[in-house]
Amino acid sequence: MADLSSNFVGIKSPNPFWLASAPPTDKAYNVIRAFEAGWGGVVWKTLGEDPPVVNVNGPRYSTLLSHDRRVMGFNNIELISDRPLALNLEEIRQVKRDWPDRAMVVSLMVPCEESSWKRILPMVEDTGADGIELNFGCPHGMSERGMGAAVGQVPEYIEMVTAWCKQYTKMPVIVKLTPNISDIRYPAQAAKRGGADAVSLINTINSIMGVDPATLAMSPNTGGMGSHGGYCGPAVRPIALNMVAEIGRSPETAGLPISGIGGIGTWRDALDYIALGCGTVQVCTAAMVHGFKIVQDMTDGLSNYMDSMGFKTLEDLRGRALPTVTDWRYLNLNHVSKAVINPDLCIECGRCHVVCEDTSHQAISFDVVEGKRVFKIKEDECVGCNLCVSVCPVAECITMRDLQPGEIDERTGQPVSAEYANWTTHPNNPMRTA
Amino acid sequence: MSLPTVPDVKAARLSACQYTERFADAGQPLTAAQALVEAERCLYCHDAPCTTACPTSIGVPSFIHRIADGNVRGAAKAILEANPLGGMCARVCPTEELCEQACVRNTELGKPVEIGRLQRFAVDKTIAAGGAPLFARAPATGKRVAVVGAGPAGLACAHVLARHGHDVEIFDAHEKAGGLNEYGLAAYKTAGEFAQREVQWLLSIGGISVTTGWRLSSAAQLEELKSTYDAVFLGVGMGAVNALGVPGEDLAGVRSAVDFIAELRQAKDLSTLPIGRRVVVIGGGMTAVDASVQAKLLGADEVTMVYRRGPEAMSASKVEQEWAQTNGVTLRHWLAPVAIEGQDGHVTAVRFARQVIEGGKVVATDEQVTVPADMVFKAIGQKLETQPWPDAGIELQGGRIVVSDTGRTSLPGVWAGGDCVSGGRDLTVEAVEDGKQAALSIHAELTATVA
Repeated sequence: MADLSSNFVGIKSPNPFWLASAPPTDKAYNVIRAFEAGWGGVVWKTLGEDPPVVNVNGPRYSTLLSHDRRVMGFNNIELISDRPLALNLEEIRQVKRDWPDRAMVVSLMVPCEESSWKRILPMVEDTGADGIELNFGCPHGMSERGMGAAVGQVPEYIEMVTAWCKQYTKMPVIVKLTPNISDIRYPAQAAKRGGADAVSLINTINSIMGVDPATLAMSPNTGGMGSHGGYCGPAVRPIALNMVAEIGRSPETAGLPISGIGGIGTWRDALDYIALGCGTVQVCTAAMVHGFKIVQDMTDGLSNYMDSMGFKTLEDLRGRALPTVTDWRYLNLNHVSKAVINPDLCIECGRCHVVCEDTSHQAISFDVVEGKRVFKIKEDECVGCNLCVSVCPVAECITMRDLQPGEIDERTGQPVSAEYANWTTHPNNPMRTA
Repeated sequence: MSLPTVPDVKAARLSACQYTERFADAGQPLTAAQALVEAERCLYCHDAPCTTACPTSIGVPSFIHRIADGNVRGAAKAILEANPLGGMCARVCPTEELCEQACVRNTELGKPVEIGRLQRFAVDKTIAAGGAPLFARAPATGKRVAVVGAGPAGLACAHVLARHGHDVEIFDAHEKAGGLNEYGLAAYKTAGEFAQREVQWLLSIGGISVTTGWRLSSAAQLEELKSTYDAVFLGVGMGAVNALGVPGEDLAGVRSAVDFIAELRQAKDLSTLPIGRRVVVIGGGMTAVDASVQAKLLGADEVTMVYRRGPEAMSASKVEQEWAQTNGVTLRHWLAPVAIEGQDGHVTAVRFARQVIEGGKVVATDEQVTVPADMVFKAIGQKLETQPWPDAGIELQGGRIVVSDTGRTSLPGVWAGGDCVSGGRDLTVEAVEDGKQAALSIHAELTATVA
């Protein structure tokens, strides 16, 4: 059976599934339940300076739901821990003592002043915690006070605070990044310059969930007024994966350990992050939707997958997909794919036809033959865009076929070239290099 | 075992609450949550097969999409625009042979989207909610149309005509409007007086008046309608019942299933309706099923529905046949009645001859089967009253009115539709479509500018 244990910047855990810094890790009661359920580690909900912050006494969460109320996206306006610092530190100490094999990372957010960080770091280190995560990502409430995302949006601050932390503690320092920026590589580079041992990402995305159609007030709201929250859950995963890959393949930050966060609810989701280079993954929404027990399904699924692929450890898998991510300009423009419809699997809904006809390349014909609705790819029109594959309700009914070198592309009338040729050398590129 | 000599026919076989329970809504309406989840299953097919399969061409994907969007009123409008009786059709259509049979989810998952139940959800919710009219009438044309028959065809025709700005007068022989919806369907299919609520909704568009207790029986009457109105639509249904043509048909306890159903539907108190302990229903259609199941529900001990051919030849849908069986009705096939036996003027049994197919034809064998009965319901089909069609110059074929694609009869200025015209399967939804198409044809004619 595959070994799921992880050693992330020296922080060991029996599996790579950590609970992210969030309501599920607010106090000992929850964290103990999480460890009992099998979570590999936790990032304790962010500690700040006393007096503790105050939360609203109304809706803190809301969801983007499917019609049968599956959670696709999740929004929150909860602030950092609203419990006294000493109480949190005492519980952290006790839980780490009782669960020595689990990762205990403590999330921190104090004002952007050296004295504040210098004061809190020894207190955390004294609990026996394994590491700290700097919360430079929280996009609501705390950011209005110059903390959280307000720091994460300024690379110079990231570098500065990270450097302080490296100076005042021996614990590994993980910098949690905000996605509410234009290019994730800059904050990641700043963290690295500051000496960060790792980055974790993404924190939540600024979000408004909607408007109540009856009152025309932002929804949810607190007594009639609302403020933006932080968005997470399955819907943000593709955004997070791109950011993870950007950091992983950027020369300045390549090799910087990453703890992946964003919409992880199954082993498949974790696989995406690990294959793109993450050493651990952090989960919140899935636990807040299903409870802690889902970690058992995630570890079991990942273990079975690794066994089926012959991977002995996470390192056998980690980063395997990263080299397949590149810039658009390096894509092989001589490669040609065409859609193929398997008539045996087709249920005759006609979605592929109508979307290709209305919004794409008019490359799927529709005829009624002996009472059957027949949809066929017109190879002389198909550009291989994958829209039909994307909208077909039946898995594997429409697939993409790669044309082999020498085969005639009926759209261009030209044989497919075996040569690799990309935009950088294309004759239509005014800035071509050759 | 000896047969009882006194026929066992009596009323009040059940307690009051048993009647209520047994004749409750059979349709299992969807809750709002169920409707949302079911609506999500719709794939919004291109040139949707369900729409093609619907005789009234309801834009099924659109109305389902609107339910999913929380726009139930918009869903109802999409339905009722194509089919003004979408509420009743959602209850009585053999959806498993129409829209739901065509649903592509059958191929993929072996289970269609429950189109009928979703349709009922949207229409019921919207009619119950009331509010502003769904349809605004077009500016008045000043034209007046007579509609004979307030059944599905006539009501649909009237509604579409009213929408287009014409004034309509509906004439019907019965006390209430609704036709078979009011008099010819099992009570559990239209629980809560839905037939009348639907009529009220249809009439609420305005411009339609209803005259009841008026029967078209002479050519002179038709001539008068023609001269008084700008057009006439005939949706008279099939007023006469086919006879078995076997000895004993006039015995007490033998009656038409249509009359039994109509009496039941109009009964204020079901416990006043006498029902036999052993009931035999002869026929294989929806009326036979409705009579059989309701006989059972009224407390009959043994109900046997007997058909002269096999199950696949029955005009009752498979779902209807199963519904009968689920309700304790025994279905027997390949038996044709040869005589109704009686004692002291009352039926005691029906004697059937076993049928076989020989050389492609159904023929009787010498084998005979006797089924004891205290009551017998005849449900072997209905037919058009014989008059006044020949006198009025309306051409018939196979005992029904001949019409063009647009519902025109051979008599200029007179359209017809529904069960009284030839073609189709005599489904409610087909009658609605007939009425709608005739209305559109009448509208085109009445508004045509003379060159």
